Amino acid sequence: MWGAALFPLALLLCKFATDDLGVNPIDYVTRTLGDWTLRILLASLSMTPLRLLFGISWQMTLRRLLGLFAFFYASLHFSVWIVLDHFFDWPQMIADIFKRPYITVGMAALTLLVPLAATSTTRMVKRLGGANWRRLHKLVYAIGVLGVLHYLWLAKKGVNDPYWYAVALGILLSIRLGDWTRRFAKRRLQRAAASKREGYQRIQRVLLFVLLLIGLTAGIVPPAGGQALRLGRPAPEIAGAPWINSPPLTLSWLKGRVVLVEFWTHG
Amino acid sequence: MLIRRDPDIKSSEITDFTLYLNRRSFMIGAAALALAPSGPAVAAPSPPALQPLQAKRNEAFLVDDPPTKLESVTTYNNFYEFGVNKDDPARLAHTLKPRPWTVQVDGLVARPKTYDVDEIMRFGPLEERVYRLRCVEGWSMVIPWIGYPLASLIKRVEPTSKARFVEFTTLRDLEQFPGQRPGLFSFSSLDWPYVEGLRLDEALQPLTLLTFGLYGQVLPNQNGAPVRVVVPWKYGFKSGKSIVRIRFVSDQPKTTWEKAAPNEYGFYTNVNPAVDHPRWSQATERRIGEFRRRKTLMFNGYADQVASMYAGMDLKKNY
Repeated sequence: MWGAALFPLALLLCKFATDDLGVNPIDYVTRTLGDWTLRILLASLSMTPLRLLFGISWQMTLRRLLGLFAFFYASLHFSVWIVLDHFFDWPQMIADIFKRPYITVGMAALTLLVPLAATSTTRMVKRLGGANWRRLHKLVYAIGVLGVLHYLWLAKKGVNDPYWYAVALGILLSIRLGDWTRRFAKRRLQRAAASKREGYQRIQRVLLFVLLLIGLTAGIVPPAGGQALRLGRPAPEIAGAPWINSPPLTLSWLKGRVVLVEFWTHG
Repeated sequence: MLIRRDPDIKSSEITDFTLYLNRRSFMIGAAALALAPSGPAVAAPSPPALQPLQAKRNEAFLVDDPPTKLESVTTYNNFYEFGVNKDDPARLAHTLKPRPWTVQVDGLVARPKTYDVDEIMRFGPLEERVYRLRCVEGWSMVIPWIGYPLASLIKRVEPTSKARFVEFTTLRDLEQFPGQRPGLFSFSSLDWPYVEGLRLDEALQPLTLLTFGLYGQVLPNQNGAPVRVVVPWKYGFKSGKSIVRIRFVSDQPKTTWEKAAPNEYGFYTNVNPAVDHPRWSQATERRIGEFRRRKTLMFNGYADQVASMYAGMDLKKNY
């Protein structure tokens, strides 16, 4: 597992040695390190869902290793940003951390990783006590979300990679959510009568899932009011759509008229 | 007309030695090959030998800095029509067929007409000009383009007095441009075809180049073959590639990136270190091939020639 986790770094060093880092090497190195941070973090977050879905548990011991490696790559990513990208231009970097939302969340994710890395040893588990330690390490969910937002809010329109990470994170978190809801409902069931609760339990699960989806979707909309399409805002003018059996219609022409919108598909 | 000389021009040409060698081998290779209009698809890092394009170097348009390596210029491209990764355009360049190619020149002109691209290429003597190119993402290059001032074309097609803007449209063809095909995350892709535009005075500015080649050869597909426009004092996305239509209009065109993210990309897109992109700073840039970042210049270093067009304009509002 150490070999697999160190492999991306080895590959980068190889490319550096053979001058194969591409046209914009500093950008390539920063992005590659960031990519692997997210992938390893998501890998660490998928250990428990594997147990929940398939009942296997040998992989649970890997969580710490993967978490630490995520922190390792995140630190490298951050160092490259400081040294190679900005070359210790501290005023510019500190300004950026506050001015650029994607850097703010990235910095937040890295900062939150520090206490988790520091308390990753067995001795620290004993010092904090199991319950406290578990509560602290639940922060990894927030770190996952912040990491994905960091990438989502950085990418230009048209770049799809961040959405894949968001989907993966969504799936992993909703598996946990489903399990948490089931256990929560089960505990309540044990205290009260059964049948009525089952209905509520199902509704609750769906509601929480929808909330999570909305939360993640909000991450798709960049913070600086970005895309042309936003919930609650007037729709942008229809443009570029192929019109069948009709001259092109515009929303401004349709204003004041009754419009029936039918969504359909075939296949 | 007096051509203003940029004060930091050197009279000697600074050409990278490996580049100089490359040019020779390309000329020899291209002469030996059949003169196929579009280069064969080569997955290897060295760009395929393309048809050479003769042009006289215009000494009035030189840049103090060394030109960017041809390999970088042709393998690091934002050309979302092929794909959103920087290496997609070079990798998929073979899907584009730059001949036969026509450019429709219409709108508010005396005689709207559709021209063959080879016809348009002859509307002016081809010059080689070395320009800086600054991408909105924060990287830049120095490229020797081949073309003639767009003004030559404009004067020939006689726009009417109502024409105030020029709109450029790029090809939309799902066969030739794989990046235009709808995908899983289509909601996040650009609205095709790619449309850009200039104010008429900007289009008539001597710097604005109707471009047919670079580095002594025809435009590689990934750089916008067979014809594109280059507007060096604006961010790179303004310089539309693979143009199929040039239309003269009276209203400011809605450009593609403006539609995609109006608070991030406006119409003017002048290079301006004082006006940040909402998500990142524009004060510095990375010149491809250099290690440290460098300070971004106002109007990409062409302030002398173009600043007067924007006198009195609030450039923070008209970004």
